[in-house]
Amino acid sequence: MRTFYIFIKYFFITIWSMFVIAPFLWALSTSFKDFNSVTGGAKYIPWLQFEPSLEGWSVLIRSQGKGGVNIIEPYFNSVFVTCSASLLSIIFGTLAAYALSRFTFKAGFIRNNDITFFFISQRIMPPIVLSIPFFLMLGFLGLLDSLLGLILVYMVLLMPIAVWIMVDFFNRVPKEIDETALIDGCNPFEAFFKVVLPNSIPGLIVAGLFCIIFGWIDFFFAFILTFTKVQLLPVAIVALNSSVTPWWSLSASALVSVAPLIIVAFIVERYLSKGNLSGALK
Amino acid sequence: MNLITKNLSFKHENEYYLNDISLEFKVGNLYTLLGRTLSGKTSFLKTIAGLQPLDSGQITFEGKDFNSIPVWKRNVAMVYQQFINYPHLTVFDNIAFPLKQRKMKSSDIKNEVSSAIQKVGLQGFEKRKIQELSGGQQQRVALARSLAKKAKILLLDEPLVNLDYKLREDLRNEFKNIFSDDLSSQSILIYASTDPMEAMQLNGNIIVIDEGKILQHDTAKEVFENPSNIKVAEITNEPAMNIVNGSVESNKIILNQNIQIDLPDHLKKIESGKYFFGLRASDIVLDDSGFQFVVDLAEISGSETFLHLHQDNLKLVSLINEVKNFNNRDKVKVKIMSENLYVFDEKGNLIFSPFKYK
Repeated sequence: MRTFYIFIKYFFITIWSMFVIAPFLWALSTSFKDFNSVTGGAKYIPWLQFEPSLEGWSVLIRSQGKGGVNIIEPYFNSVFVTCSASLLSIIFGTLAAYALSRFTFKAGFIRNNDITFFFISQRIMPPIVLSIPFFLMLGFLGLLDSLLGLILVYMVLLMPIAVWIMVDFFNRVPKEIDETALIDGCNPFEAFFKVVLPNSIPGLIVAGLFCIIFGWIDFFFAFILTFTKVQLLPVAIVALNSSVTPWWSLSASALVSVAPLIIVAFIVERYLSKGNLSGALK
Repeated sequence: MNLITKNLSFKHENEYYLNDISLEFKVGNLYTLLGRTLSGKTSFLKTIAGLQPLDSGQITFEGKDFNSIPVWKRNVAMVYQQFINYPHLTVFDNIAFPLKQRKMKSSDIKNEVSSAIQKVGLQGFEKRKIQELSGGQQQRVALARSLAKKAKILLLDEPLVNLDYKLREDLRNEFKNIFSDDLSSQSILIYASTDPMEAMQLNGNIIVIDEGKILQHDTAKEVFENPSNIKVAEITNEPAMNIVNGSVESNKIILNQNIQIDLPDHLKKIESGKYFFGLRASDIVLDDSGFQFVVDLAEISGSETFLHLHQDNLKLVSLINEVKNFNNRDKVKVKIMSENLYVFDEKGNLIFSPFKYK
C-alpha cells in the first residue's frame, strides 16, 4: 500500500513536471532552429533531427543596422521599472496594510474592510477600462512614454497585491506582540520596525514575488502608454514579429525574459521555507 | 505613591467592558483580579497599561496623571495568557529587549538578564530561538522579560492558564519567590485569574470583578469567609457555591417540602421570610442519617469526587474528599452542614455568614 502511494505520488509529480518543463524545452529547442527546421514538420532534438543554428540568439545581440533587434535596452527598462514599482508598492503597501490591520478607520459607512476592498477593486476592472484614464492622466502630467510614468502606473497596479497579501499576513500576527513591544518601551513606529517587520519577512517575500511577476509580465500598459522613446521587454518581444514570424528569435527572447523570474523564484524559495512565525502564538 | 483608578468606564456596542471602576492599589502588594472569562479582567489590565481606550475615568500613579502618558513611557510590564514573545529574537535578546529600548549599558543588561534567567530557571537556553522552546519555557521567557524590566506595575493576565497541569502547579509554587523581590521593592503586582484556588493560594488582596463591575475588594480570607453577594460566592468557589431558594418559618430552614433544618447557632437572629441559602459543595457530606438524594452525575477529579445530586426540584453539588464510584440514579444520603450556611437576602446580598453575622 505504501509503495503504491509513493508510486502514485511520483507518477503525478512526473506528469506535472513534464507539463511545466516541456514548453521551456520546446522553446529552447526552437531557439536553435532556422526557417527550414521550423517549417519542416515536428522536430525536437538538435543534431539528430535538425542542424542547430545560432541565428535566433544572434539576432538579439546584433545591432539594428545588421538586421538585429534591440532588446537590451528594453530589458534594462523592464528591470528598472519592475523593481522600482515593486519596491515602492511593497513599502507603501506594507505601511497601508499595517494601518488597516491594526487601527480602526471610520468614515461614514466605510470601515477597514471596505478600504482594503477598494485597493483590490483596482484589479477587478478589465485593464482596458483603466487604460483611458491612465493615458489621459499621464498625458496631463507629461509622463507618457517615460519610465517615471510607467513606474507610477505599475505602482497603482501592484500596490493592491501588496496590500491584500500583507493585510492578511498582519492579521495573523497576534496583536499582543505589538502591544508587548509598546509596553516594553517602543513607540508605535519602533514597534513596527523593530518587532512587526522582522517577523513579517515571509509575507514581504511573497508580496514582493507577486509584485515582480505581475509587473514583469505586463504587456498591455507597457504597450498603450509608450510610443518610441521608451520600450519595455514584453513590447519589444512582440515587436520582433514581422511578415515571417521569427520563431527562433521569439523563443530565444522568451527564454531570456523568463530567466530573471526563475532566478528570483529560486532565491526566494529558500527564505520562504526558513522564516516562519510559529511560536509567536500558541 | 499608589495607583488610583477613578470611575473607569468603557462601553462597546452597549456592553460594559469596564463599569465605573474605582480602586486603590498600594505599592508592595499583590492583588488578584478574580472573575470569569469576559468579565473585564483583561480590559482592566490593558487600561492600566494604556492599551485600552476609556470612555471616562482617571488613572493616577505616584501623583501623576497616567491617562496622558503613552503606553511606552508608563514603565509597566505585562504577561499575557498567550505566550507572547518576539519570535525573531533569541531568549537572551527577548529578555534584553525592554532594557535595550531604555538604552541601558550592555554590561548592565547582561547582569539584569542573567539574574532574570536565573529566577525563572532558564539557564542554558539563552541562545535558543523562541520556537525551539516548549510552552512552559516560552511563558518563562515572558515572565523573565517582565522581571528584568523592574517595572513599577506588573500586570499578569492569567499567565498560567495555557500551561499543562503539572507545569502550572510548579510555576505557581515558584511564583511568589519569583516576584518576592519586586514586591519588596515597591512594585504593584496585579494578577488576573479565573481560578479561585489560585487566588486563595496567592493570598493577597482579591478583587472580584463581573461584567466590568467590581463586586468585592478584600483580603483573600475575608472574600472567602464573607462573600458580599451571591455572584461573589459563585465566582470565588470551585465548584460554585450551591445557592438554594428557600425560606425560614418557625425556627426552621425550609429548602423544599422534605428538607427542613433546625436553625444553626449563627442564624438564631434571622426573621421569618424568603431567603437565598448558600452552601459550599464541601459542606454537603455523605451521612447515613441524612436526606436522600439521587445522583445525576459523579465526576472524579484528582483525589476528589464531585456529586451532582437532586431531590425533587432541589439541585446540589457535593464535593467529597475521596474517590468513590457512583452510578447515575444511585440513591445516596447526605447531611447538610447547617452550621456553615450562608444567607443572602432577596437582592442577593449577604446577611448572615458562619464567620460573621450582622
